[in-house]
Amino acid sequence: MRKIMYAEALNEAIKEEMTRDEAVYYMGEDVRASIYGASKDLFDMYGEKRVWDTPLSENGFFGAAIGSSLVGMRPIVETLTSFMWVAMDQLVSQAAKMKYMFGGQATLPVTFRAVMYYGGNSAAHHSDRSYPMFMNMPGFKVIVPSTPEDAKGLLKTSVRDNDPCIIFEDGNLGGLRGDVPDNDELEGGELLIPFGKANVMKEGTDCTVVAIAASVGEAMKAAQQMEKEGVSVEVIDPRTLVPLDKETILNSVSKTGRVVLVDPAHKVCSAASEIASIISEEGFWDLQAPIIKVASEQVHIPFSPALEPLVYPNTEKIVNAIKKTIES
Amino acid sequence: MNLPKESILLMLRKMWTIRHFEYAVMECHESGEIVGALHSYIGEEGVAVGVCAALRDSDYIAGNHRSHGHPLAKGGDVNKAMAEIFGKKTGYCKGKGGSMHLADFSVGILGESGIVASSVPITVGAGLAAKIRGEDFVSLVFFGDGASNQGACHESMNLAALWKLPVIFVCENNQFAVTTSYKDSVSVENISDRASAYNMPGLTIDGQDVMAMYEATNEAVIRARNGEGPTLIEGLTYRYYDHSLGLAAVRRIEYRTDEDIQKWRERDPIILLKDTLISQNIATQEECDAIENEEKKNVENALEFARKSPYPEPEQLFEDMWSTPIPQP
Repeated sequence: MRKIMYAEALNEAIKEEMTRDEAVYYMGEDVRASIYGASKDLFDMYGEKRVWDTPLSENGFFGAAIGSSLVGMRPIVETLTSFMWVAMDQLVSQAAKMKYMFGGQATLPVTFRAVMYYGGNSAAHHSDRSYPMFMNMPGFKVIVPSTPEDAKGLLKTSVRDNDPCIIFEDGNLGGLRGDVPDNDELEGGELLIPFGKANVMKEGTDCTVVAIAASVGEAMKAAQQMEKEGVSVEVIDPRTLVPLDKETILNSVSKTGRVVLVDPAHKVCSAASEIASIISEEGFWDLQAPIIKVASEQVHIPFSPALEPLVYPNTEKIVNAIKKTIES
Repeated sequence: MNLPKESILLMLRKMWTIRHFEYAVMECHESGEIVGALHSYIGEEGVAVGVCAALRDSDYIAGNHRSHGHPLAKGGDVNKAMAEIFGKKTGYCKGKGGSMHLADFSVGILGESGIVASSVPITVGAGLAAKIRGEDFVSLVFFGDGASNQGACHESMNLAALWKLPVIFVCENNQFAVTTSYKDSVSVENISDRASAYNMPGLTIDGQDVMAMYEATNEAVIRARNGEGPTLIEGLTYRYYDHSLGLAAVRRIEYRTDEDIQKWRERDPIILLKDTLISQNIATQEECDAIENEEKKNVENALEFARKSPYPEPEQLFEDMWSTPIPQP
């Protein structure tokens, strides 16, 4: 076990998968120079045929990655969540829909690393958290790791998965240090975390808090604060939104009866909205209080440092929400 | 002609298959037996057939909504194509795709896309795979005059030319995007002029001359296999029927004249090839007629196959979403 950063964990995952399987290659803007860090060393280690710097044409190169995956390649595409809009047609009309509309003939083992930079003064165009839209459109597996271990294990699983996977990596967590097991500590010698398995970050009895991406850290702080006030909070990180481990969430709700859902995406039709609807349909009789969502405000991301922090979930908002469900 | 006789007769045969197939689906559409939108390829057979004659089974193609010609030209199965258009479970896509989404991965047909130009970057990707693996297959995409204005086309051409990928871009310029003439939508005189903007060769070919389409494609394929990069081939052609069947009943303006259509009917690709074969003593009228009759019969058999085939069962609704299965919400 060693402590490494989230970005380092991603880098390890990429290197292990590229070493293991020649079909895996890497593509994105400025990835050879690795300005964002996750693609560090890749060009030196794997060369120009496997590490491609692309022109600024997301629709074009996402489509090329998708097309190459149809004929036996396993691309990892690096992008920013905020740049995915440019490629929506390739993502939706092609990656999401091809397998089904061709009656199963297509196999699309393509992985997109979509980094979410938000909360860092990047303003309206560079701060998207769009994963709810990719939950709604059938055909994508949607992954949201909140720890270095999860980032590594889930990225490896994504590369091995034979469907289009989008990992929404939280840019706020790049420098987050966490325990990541060494390969020789692991049965099977590799860190592979399965999809559809939520992580109970902290057990508790009085309130369930489900949190996504960097909100997991905020939820844990809120839980620690509430502990001091004698409220036992259970924190769950779904880790993947498609497939979603609703069993773990519903089991927790049956135990606590109270739920707060924390989601950095915009509140309308957020992942939290979908989870709330599942709980209200399948866990209704376990609820002791209304479900509360703590999600980003339904506005664009303002530049001013005086305004931006008001948008997102934070420890204080989560604490207030927990208190509200307890007092109900 | 520097192709063996069987190859040329095969081109004639394939054009007849497509022609009779399109007549058959047109009839079934009029009678309501086939539902949904159908985009007739009649008049354009020379393009798909000439182009695909230059390709191996191991080469890849992708196309667009005017989709029946491409798979049939590339060695697709006429029964499965018909059944797919009927929405039956014996179709190419188990009835899940329909007319606009025919695909046969077993002979390198990576699918027809309903969104025009959307399959162009996909095709570039297949070419990228060839380059990464050092294999000598090529990939080729069909798109129309309308699609040539889409950003996806331009991004694709830039990528393929920049990285010298073994890709062939075939623009089937049938001169109209629904009712809009390409002269009112394309900023250059010939669509092939756009190639120079991407530093690759571009040529405009008579799309009704199946041999000319073959020769141009063959040269482009050789370039591609030699690592010299992509080519843009514009096949100037014509569709005798409207953008989609049934559109004539609803469109308000006459966007082309009957004289125009008649002029192009006189340059029918099948008649042109047949006339050349007979006048150059390569084949007789009887040989040509025999081929047409065989393909007419094949299409009739395909119709029967499609009609007799079952529809998919309700459970099949949830199949084919995933290669690595997950629970269905």
